[in-house]
Amino acid sequence: MDTVLFIVFAAVAVACAVNLILQKHPISSALSLVGVMGSLAVLYLLLGAEFMAVTQIVVYAGAVMVLFVFVIMLLNTGQETGGGKSWFAQVAGLPLLLAFIALMGLLICGPLMPRLRAVQFGSWHGGTARAIGRAIFTDYLLPFEVTSVLVLIAILGAVVLARKEID
Amino acid sequence: MNEINPPQAAEYLRFLPEIILIVAGALLMVLEGVTTTPAQKRRLGYFALAAIAAAMLGGVAANNNSGQAFHRMLTVDGYGTFFRELVLGVGFFCLLSSFEYLRREGAETGEFYALVLFSLVGQCILATANDLLMVFIGLEVSSIASYILAGFLRGDRRNNESALKYFLLGSFATAFLLYGMAWIYGILGSTNIDDIHNVLSGTDRIVPLPLIGMAAALTFVGFAFKVSAAPFQSWAPDVYQGAPAPVSAFLSAGPKAAAFAVFFRVFMTGFGPINGRWVPLVWACALLTMIIGNFAALAQTNVKRLLAYSSIAHAGYILVALTADSQVGMAAMMFYLASYGLMNVGVFAVINHVANRHEKFVHISDFAGLGKREPATAALLTVFVLSLIGVPLTGGFFAKFYVFRAALDSHLIWLTVLGLLNSAVAAYYYLKILAAVYMQEPGEATSTLQPLEPGLRLTIWATALGTLLLGIFPSALIGFVSNSAATVLGKLGP
Repeated sequence: MDTVLFIVFAAVAVACAVNLILQKHPISSALSLVGVMGSLAVLYLLLGAEFMAVTQIVVYAGAVMVLFVFVIMLLNTGQETGGGKSWFAQVAGLPLLLAFIALMGLLICGPLMPRLRAVQFGSWHGGTARAIGRAIFTDYLLPFEVTSVLVLIAILGAVVLARKEID
Repeated sequence: MNEINPPQAAEYLRFLPEIILIVAGALLMVLEGVTTTPAQKRRLGYFALAAIAAAMLGGVAANNNSGQAFHRMLTVDGYGTFFRELVLGVGFFCLLSSFEYLRREGAETGEFYALVLFSLVGQCILATANDLLMVFIGLEVSSIASYILAGFLRGDRRNNESALKYFLLGSFATAFLLYGMAWIYGILGSTNIDDIHNVLSGTDRIVPLPLIGMAAALTFVGFAFKVSAAPFQSWAPDVYQGAPAPVSAFLSAGPKAAAFAVFFRVFMTGFGPINGRWVPLVWACALLTMIIGNFAALAQTNVKRLLAYSSIAHAGYILVALTADSQVGMAAMMFYLASYGLMNVGVFAVINHVANRHEKFVHISDFAGLGKREPATAALLTVFVLSLIGVPLTGGFFAKFYVFRAALDSHLIWLTVLGLLNSAVAAYYYLKILAAVYMQEPGEATSTLQPLEPGLRLTIWATALGTLLLGIFPSALIGFVSNSAATVLGKLGP
C-alpha cells in the first residue's frame, strides 16, 4: 500500500514539475507548482516526517503559492512571448538531459551506492513536532536564530525597493 | 531524550562581533524612522562606523576566548578572526568612502548603513563557520544584503541591471551549493566540516568516491561563482560596473574574502582527504580564471569594468594557492586577500572621487591630467596600481610572491610559469591608467574636480599606508597567518 502510494505521488510530482516548465502561461506554471508541493507533502508523510508535511502544505502550497499567484495576477502577465532559446540549448539540451539522467541512474542503481538499509515506510518516528522543536532549539539553535536576520534583511530590502524619495 | 544544555557565556562571547552588528543594524532601522535631515542621516553613518569598530574589538575578545560554539556550528580560531577583522576593515572603509557618494546622489539613508552591517554579519559567520548549514546561511545573509546594495540607487538603470543580474545568477549558484550540501548530508550523514573530514579519512570508508566527488563538485560550483572564478565569472563585470562605486569596492573585497575563507576551509579540511579528486579541477579553474580575467581586461575602457576583470584575475591567483593545497598556500591566500582588500578599496575610493555625480566620469580617459590637478591623490593611486601589478615595495608584490612560492613548493611548475606570464600581461592594462594620469592634459573630469572629502581622504591615505606597510614589513602579518593556517590544518588527524 505504501509503495503504491509512493509511486503514484512521485509520478504526480514529476509530471507536475515537467508541466511547470512546459506551460507557456505563468498561472498554469504556478498551479503546476502547487501540484508538486502537494505531492511532496504526501511523500514526506509516507516517510514519517509529519511536521514537514504539514509545513509544506501550510507554508509552500498555502502562503508562498498564494503570493505567487497574486503577483502574477497583479502584474497581469500574459503568455510567454518569443521562445528565444539559444543555439546551444537547442542543439545540446536534449542530449545533455539524457546524459544527466543516465548518470544519475548509474549512481543510484549501480554498484556505487553505499550499502545501506533500504528505507522502510513507517519505520521512522523522528518527524514529530516535538522532535523537530528539540532539534531547532538545541543543536540547530544558531542557524535558526541567524535565519531570522535573513528575514530582517528581506524586509529591509523590500523597504529600499519600495521607498519613494531616492531618484 | 537528551538533556537540554543552554549555551555557555563563552559561546556568546565567541559570537560577539555578529551580535554587535545585528543589534546596531536593527537600531539603525529604528533610528532611520525618526531622522529627517541629511545631517542627522550622516550621524547614522557615524553610528554604523562605530558599530563596526566595536565589532572589530569584539572579534579580538572572541579570539582571546577561541574555541567552538553552539554545538560546533562555529569555530573561532586565528583563521576565522583574521577574516572577521579583514571583512570588518573592508566594510569600515567602504562605508567611510560612501558618505560623499550618497550625499552627491541625494541618497543618504539609514537603510544603506544597516544593509552594510547585515552583509558584514553574513561574512563574519562565513569566516568562522564550521558547519555547512552555517556556511549556507552566512552566504545567504551576506549575498541578499549585497544584492540590495548593488541596486541601491533605484532610479539608476545601471544599478538595476547590476542588482538583477547579481540576484538571478547568485541565486542559481546558491542552488548548486545547497544541492551539493544535501548530497553530502545524504551520503555522509553530517554537515559538520570536522565530521566530513573524519568520515572521509576513516579507513573503513563505505562511501564510494564518485558520489562524494559529485557532491564536492556541486559545492565547488557554488563557491567558484561567489569568488567569480571562471567559468562562472560572467556576472562580475556587469555587477561591478553597474553598482555604486563604494558598493563595487565592498563587493570585490569583502564578500569575496569571506567566500575564499570558507572555500579554503571546506576544501582543505572537510574535503582534504579526497584532494586527489579536486586539485586537478582547481588547477584548470585557476588557469582559466587568470587567462580570462587578464585578457578580457586588456580591451576595457571603463575603469570599473577593468577592475572587475582584474578582480577575476586576482581570484585566479588565489586559486593557485588553493591548488598548492598546503599550509603555505593557505597562509599565502590570507596574505593575498589582506593586501588585495587594501589596494582595491583604495583604488575604488579614487574612482569614487573622480566619478562625480551619477558616475559621469568612469572612463580611463577621464583620469587624464589627475597628476597635475591633484598630485597627492595621483601618487596614492599610483601606489594602488603598482600594488595591483605586483611591483616590489607594495603589498601586491609579496602577495603574488607567497602564492607562487607556495605553488612551487607543491611542484606546480607550469601553473607558476603561466601565472607569472599572466601578471606580465596584466601590467599593460594597469599602466594604461597611470599613462592617462601622468601623460595627458587635464580633461573635463579632472578640471571640474571637487576638493577631496575628508572621509575619502582618510580612506585613500589609510589604505595606501597599509599597502606600503605590507610591502615593506610583510613579516609581521606572514607570521600571524602562518600560525593561523597551521592551527586550522594542524588540528586535523592524519
